[in-house]
Amino acid sequence: MTVRVQQADFDFGAEIAAFRAGNPRIGAVASFLGLVRDVNDDAAVREMTLEHYPGMTEKALEDIVAEAKTRWDIYDALVIHRVGPLLPCDQIVLVAVSSAHRGEAFAACEFIMDYLKTRAPFWKKEDTPAGARWVDARETDDQAAQRWQKR
Amino acid sequence: MITILYFARLRETLGTDREQIAPSPEVATVGQLAAWLRARGGAWESELAPEKPVRVAVNQEMASADAPLPDGAEVAFFPPVTGG
Repeated sequence: MTVRVQQADFDFGAEIAAFRAGNPRIGAVASFLGLVRDVNDDAAVREMTLEHYPGMTEKALEDIVAEAKTRWDIYDALVIHRVGPLLPCDQIVLVAVSSAHRGEAFAACEFIMDYLKTRAPFWKKEDTPAGARWVDARETDDQAAQRWQKR
Repeated sequence: MITILYFARLRETLGTDREQIAPSPEVATVGQLAAWLRARGGAWESELAPEKPVRVAVNQEMASADAPLPDGAEVAFFPPVTGG
């Protein structure tokens, strides 16, 4: 498992190549790449700043990946999340999951993103023409995470 | 002693990102600590009001209002998370 929280950008292709390098058991890699948009809630976004809770963030991400490993038959997972100032079109987050077959990789990747959105301590602040504003948590994100609750 | 951290909107509104306090002995849980901080009045009273969606972590694990506060604990107050 690799979890990284960093200011620097990352190379999507190089990260995926390194993630699966030399492992002939891997038949599938599913990945999610999150990007900064130039609009949110009907306002133009010029810049975004991501704040996090150093220490707890890494721990929360590791816990989420560990939980994914108990639920699905996956080999490994990679999570890279950027912090600090970001511009529209910038990469924010990469989640990649490897497994023998696609179904497990797809499901675990979606699960990790849904839990990251609601449990990992990151906060977005947007710079808009009307001034800076903290992004409010979305109920749809809570609903997405609740789908995975065990009954 | 307890270390308290504040993040995001709370950090800005309260004007501090960290403090060390020795609360009175009857402050034994997260909820009691929040009430103790609210008693400062002003932004503390409004931002940490029970109806506000404030999340709390104790020693970097999410915690509920009835969670105990071990001595030397790191307690963080923050808004619902918005990463990803």
